[in-house]
Amino acid sequence: MSSSPLIVQIESVSKFYGSFQALRNVSLSVRAGEKVVICGPSGSGKSTLIRCVNRLERHESGRITVDGVEINDEAGSLAKVRSEVGMVFQSFNLFPHLSVLDNLTLGPMRVRKLSRAEAEQTAMHYLERVRIPEQARKYPGQLSGGQQQRVAIARSLCMKPKLMLFDEPTSALDPEMINEVLDVMEKLALEGMTMLVVTHEMGFARRVADTMVFMDRGEMVETAAPATFFSNPRTERCQLFLKQILTH
Amino acid sequence: MMLPYRTIVVLLLCALLTTGCGTGYTWGWFVVSPWTAKGQTNLQFLMSGLGWTLALAICAITVSVITGLLVSLLSLSSTRLLKWAGRIYVECFRSIPMLVMVLWVYYGLPVVMGIDLGIFASGVLAIALCDSAFEAEIFRAGIQSIDRGQHEAAESIGLPWLDKMRFVILPQAIRRILPPLGNQFVYMLKTSSLVSIIGLPELTRKANELVVTEPRPLEIYTFLILEYLVLIVIVSMGVRYLERRMGVSDRRPS
Repeated sequence: MSSSPLIVQIESVSKFYGSFQALRNVSLSVRAGEKVVICGPSGSGKSTLIRCVNRLERHESGRITVDGVEINDEAGSLAKVRSEVGMVFQSFNLFPHLSVLDNLTLGPMRVRKLSRAEAEQTAMHYLERVRIPEQARKYPGQLSGGQQQRVAIARSLCMKPKLMLFDEPTSALDPEMINEVLDVMEKLALEGMTMLVVTHEMGFARRVADTMVFMDRGEMVETAAPATFFSNPRTERCQLFLKQILTH
Repeated sequence: MMLPYRTIVVLLLCALLTTGCGTGYTWGWFVVSPWTAKGQTNLQFLMSGLGWTLALAICAITVSVITGLLVSLLSLSSTRLLKWAGRIYVECFRSIPMLVMVLWVYYGLPVVMGIDLGIFASGVLAIALCDSAFEAEIFRAGIQSIDRGQHEAAESIGLPWLDKMRFVILPQAIRRILPPLGNQFVYMLKTSSLVSIIGLPELTRKANELVVTEPRPLEIYTFLILEYLVLIVIVSMGVRYLERRMGVSDRRPS
């Protein structure tokens, strides 16, 4: 994997909300096919970091490049990056006025300029992969939370992204629905998707992650392979966090 | 179907009131009686304004909704200059009384700018300009009420701004603002009567003209009220039909 090309390069990125510093000099690179799991207490900047990768947030200093394209305000490059990067949100953010199928075909038809038939074929393919092809004609509000999140994952996959960002994808779900979403994500990981995941699901992280990142107060405190990370965390802050999250 | 039922009750009440019970006034409905030749001529004369009223209202609503939408998008722009342009438009046009606007466009524009639009176009322009300021605020409220996550989801699949607005944000916003939009349509239908002052032969103008020759103003104006009532009930039903139809798919995610 160390020879795979770099997909994401984050170099000394800082971000402020007014006088509050959300990110302090963060650097991280992700190679093609790598799975990076970011964890940390709330307010530690982990969501902010991955939202900077497709510029849902703007960073004030430092550099972020995605597949060789630098993220800045240039409209052309931004649109390109966004169509190459899939994003899954905590609150699903499906389009409630569109059927599941239309949620999935909108991007491919408008951005990739596919015909409706092609887009629907792609959509059905990914709905089968997330195991809900029978819900294609329903509206998001008629689905359970777990199903909605799987549709949201399929919606991102329809754009055939090179990188998938997950922003606490299971935090808004009832416990019995968390696994159906994690299963889909694990399958995706096995197929070689490059993934940057913010989550508190440490079981998932152990099974899937190539690299664990621990963030606290806007800083990247610790980066390690999961084996070392869970058995032998270096810093005290990380030890404390893992103790809290693993023993609850 | 609640509305026709309620309408019938209202019409019956109107009829009861106008039979003159308890007052000294003796109604002379013969002026608009459909059973006499004279009454038929009068009715025909009164209703001949219908086309102009409808044309005026439909044109003004169309222009106003499009202008209002564009102005609301200006107001919501992140560019300060555009935002201010939108705000100033709204503040200016919503503070001009509609009647003054009608007079100003019809009598003023030819003098000031050498533009003589004629009666109909002047009426459309005046009403549309004034109303578009209100439409703009309605659209702004609707667009702002859409969750930020919808913008983010649309942006993260790479949709350009125009596509995001067209396919994701506006369809949801319009569903939410249908009731106030319907209000505004009704309001414009009624304000079209102001254009009678510059001589457009619409419903109100026709009633005014008939009153000159027929000495029964109360009956004629009451009939005019009924004409507007029927028109507006039809508009209300249309808006409610749209609400129902669009509401079917708008089940919010829990």
